[in-house]
Parts: sequence; C-alpha cells; structure tokens
Amino acid sequence: MLDGAFRAANGAGESALALAKIAADGINVHYGAKQALENVSVQIPSNAVTAFIGPSGCGKSTFLRCINRMNDTIASCRVTGHLTIDGHDIYGADVDPVELRSRVGMVFQKPNPFPKSIFDNVAYGPRIHGLATNKADMEQIVAASLQKAGLWAEVKDRLGDPAMGLSGGQQQRLCIARAIAVDPEIILMDEPCSALDPIATARIEELIDDLRQSYCLVIVTHSFAQAARVSQRTAFFHLGLLVEEGTTEQIFSAPRDTRTQDYITGRFG
Amino acid sequence: MAETATEFVHAADRAGVRRTRNARRRKTEQVFRVVGMAATMIGLVALAALLIDLAITGLPRLSYAFLTNFPSRRAAQAGILAAWVGSLLVILVTALIAVPIGVAAGIYLEEYAPRNRWTDAIEINVSNLAGVPSIIYGLLALGLFVYGLGTGRSIFTAGLTLALLILPVIIVATREAIRAVPASLREAALGLGATDWQVTRDHVLPAAMPGVLTGVIIGISRALGETAPLITIGALTFIAFLPTPPLQAQFPFVSLQWLSDPFTVLPIQAFNWVSRPGNDFASNAAAASIVLLVITLGLNGVAIWLRARLRKNLKW
Repeated sequence: MLDGAFRAANGAGESALALAKIAADGINVHYGAKQALENVSVQIPSNAVTAFIGPSGCGKSTFLRCINRMNDTIASCRVTGHLTIDGHDIYGADVDPVELRSRVGMVFQKPNPFPKSIFDNVAYGPRIHGLATNKADMEQIVAASLQKAGLWAEVKDRLGDPAMGLSGGQQQRLCIARAIAVDPEIILMDEPCSALDPIATARIEELIDDLRQSYCLVIVTHSFAQAARVSQRTAFFHLGLLVEEGTTEQIFSAPRDTRTQDYITGRFG
Repeated sequence: MAETATEFVHAADRAGVRRTRNARRRKTEQVFRVVGMAATMIGLVALAALLIDLAITGLPRLSYAFLTNFPSRRAAQAGILAAWVGSLLVILVTALIAVPIGVAAGIYLEEYAPRNRWTDAIEINVSNLAGVPSIIYGLLALGLFVYGLGTGRSIFTAGLTLALLILPVIIVATREAIRAVPASLREAALGLGATDWQVTRDHVLPAAMPGVLTGVIIGISRALGETAPLITIGALTFIAFLPTPPLQAQFPFVSLQWLSDPFTVLPIQAFNWVSRPGNDFASNAAAASIVLLVITLGLNGVAIWLRARLRKNLKW
C-alpha cells in the first residue's frame, strides 16, 4: 500500500528538484562551543513537501530554523555556510530577517495562537505588513486563509471568539491559517502534529498535502510514518549530520546509508 | 525453622517501631499546626486591633468639614484639605514619572539588553535599590533636586523623589512579568515577520500588563505612606492654602504652576498631629490615617479592577 503512494509521489519529488527553491551549502551551526549542525548541504524543491527526519537532538529543527533565521533570536547561536532562497543568500548583509520571515512562514510544535480572537490571530500578520487597505480587504484575507487551512466551516460564525477556546487540532490549523495569511512562499513546520491526537493529525496531514500545490513545504517530524505519508522528499539527520537525502520512496525502500536503514527499521530513535 | 522464627520476631519489632514512630510523627504534625495557626493569628489580631483602635479614635472626627478645612490651631476646626489634595497630586506626579520610566527600563533590560557582566550588575543593584531606606532617597533629592537643580520644596520635587523610590519596585515587577510571558508567544509573532518592537508592543506587554500593574500597585501604596523623604526635602506641616488649580479661567486655561507649589501630604499631617499634646489632635491624626487608608485602598481597587479588565482582554 505504501509502495503505491511512493510511486505516485515519487514523480513530484524528482521533477520538482529541478527547480530548487531552497539551497543549502555547507551549513554549520554552533550554540556557543557546541556544534549542532555540521556541513549540511541540501536542495529543497518548490510545490512539494520535504520531510526532515531523525532522532531527537539530531539538528533537524535547528536546520529548519536556519531557513527563516529564527536562530538569530538565540544570542549564542552562530550560523556559517550558504543558504539561498531563489538563488539569493538569506544570510547576506542586505537581507532583513523580518522581511525574510514574511516570505518564510512557520508553524510550531505546540499550537501557539495569540491570546486574541480567531479573527485577530489571522489578521495580525497582514496588519503588520500592511497587506490590507481596508476592512473588507482584511475580512477577505482572513476568510481565504481560514478556508485554505480547512478551518473556515468550523469557525465562520464565531470569528470573535478567543482562539484559546479551540481544540488543539483547530488551534494548529489556525496557526497554519495565520502563516498563510502573510502570503509566504515557503512554510516551515516544526513537528506540527506532535501535540495532537491521531484524528487531528490526519486532518493536518491532509491539509499539508493540499498546501503542496501552492507552497514549498518543509516539515520536521520524528515519525517516519508521517514522513512517508506526507512528503515527496526526505532528508535524514543524525548527530548534526545530514546522513542521506532523496525522494521519500528511495529513502524508505532503498536507503544507501546503514544509519538510515537502522533508523527506518526501528533499530534506534 | 529457627530462622523463620527470628524473622517473625524481627517483623514484629519493625511493626512496633513503626507504630511508635508514627505516633511521634503525628504529634510533630499537631505541634506545627498549632504553631502555624498561632503565627497567623498574631499577625491578624494585631492588625485588627490596630484598625479597630484607629476606627474608634478617628471615625467620630470624620466629617465633610474635616475633609474641606485647612489645618487649624484648634483641633475641632482643623481639617486635611491641603493634605489629601497634596497626597493625590504628589502621587499623580510620582506615577506619571515612575511608571513609564520603570516599565521602559524593565522592557529594555529583559527584551533588548545583552546578557553580560554589566547587565548582571545592573540587575543585582536594581534589586538592592528596592531595599534602600527611604530617608536616603530624601537626602539624595535634597542635594540633587532642591539644591542642585533648584526644583524647590515643591510637589514636583516630591513626585520626583518618590518616583525614584518606587522605580526599582516597578522595574523588578515589570521584568518578572515579562519573563513569565511564554517564549512560544514571541516565536509566533517573530515567525510572522514582526519586528522586536512589534512583538513587545502587541504581544509581550499586553500579556505582562497584569503583572506590571501589580508592581505599580505595590509601588504607589508605598509612596503614599512615605513621610521621611518628603520631610527631608522640606514638605510643610502647616499649609492653609491649595496649590494653584491646574485648570484656569483665563488663557491658556491650563497651568502647571501647581507643580512648583509647596505642599504637605497626609502622613506628614498625621505625624504632625500625633506629636501634639492632647487627645483632640490624636483623634485628628487617627481620622487622617483613615482617609490615607481609604485613598490607598481606593487606588489599589482601581488598579485591581484595571488588571481584571486587562486579563479579560487577553483571551487565554
């Protein structure tokens, strides 16, 4: 059964790589004296889901946070190497991380809506970036974002209600809607389902598959079953190294590295 | 066989030991319960006795005339008009200076300042400043403001002095409230492309506001009861006039003259009356203290109400 899914997805994974959206070349990350990532090079295509898998502490989240420069907020963190989006170095002197983050959205491990209304959660991004010129405009953006996140039908009659009153799965979809509202090109997801039950997880995974049409998606997960279900390409991290990277089918059915094999067959992790 | 018997005896021993130990532990528990209750009661009873005594002495003196009269040599005609107006104006100046500066300093130290030896030193010293005796602030203000800057024995000087006094309290409370804001909230906003200032203004500050207000309440309450530093900078004890009204009938209609007017405050008025001979002035002092208490509780009430409202706005 998995094989069929792989074959279907494989085409997308291979063809999409031709147009790499994100390209990392020799990325090293240090937290103080401790090296968290060593010489990571990878290409990530647009209109596809790329999964980062690996055991906890392997550096997959650290690498994800390089892509929107969230690591800048940690004082002891130092990033070296080249990371480009559309061929443009995002660590270049001319790049404003604030502007970068409006192009590279992020969804976090634990749903983290603002303690505001559902509407204000989605409207916050467009508001600070001045994406809406008037109230009707804003309402339209909020509605469209909630629709894309598959949450509209559940909340359209109570947009003024507190976001914290939603269930965990709804909160996470709200966070996805909030990210979409800024109209990013890339959406990073850091273990977006680890705090959710299986039904909510299934909904998010469906949503991820829908979003693939319009965005470059990168998802960190330590569930390799989830990587197999949602991604077209997979990168396996271990102890700060990018061990192996390729189409999801290849990684899961014919891993080249023994470490990948051991992880996938459940020998560790 | 023999071995089994020994073990049995040992087991019985253990049960006995456990019984006696348990009895002793229960007794310790009882003793602590009584000691704890006594400690609580001592505090409560002493406070209640104080309040009741204050009420018995002071309440009969409270009247509309007491609130609207200036002090007088005759106890029965003396009032606290100048004192309560002075207290409110001084506190207004204190709050207007201390709250913005304290909150801004707290935000800077917590959100912007780098973590190094300098900021560590500042942190420790800000906490220490909160414990400095208030008379020291009075001496500092006398030298710096009254003589140095020439601000005079005015309401402005008093507000400035008390603001210095409560700044550490507000800074520490602000920092603690900001530190309690979950990192996930900051990350959510940063991830959307908010600037540091937008994160602070739109998310961190609103979430920290209830905690900041608690610090403001504590600071203002402390400032309202202060006597020593204000006497040091030359607050008067006998004032038979009010400061210039801030609103004027003539152009430009607003006057800041009141800031440089001389003043007195309620605790100084009460202190002055207490030190006079005779029961009549003593009951005046008690009545003034009641008014001070009511003002303090009233301001706290406003702040608590505000805090509750802010919490409701946050839709946690």
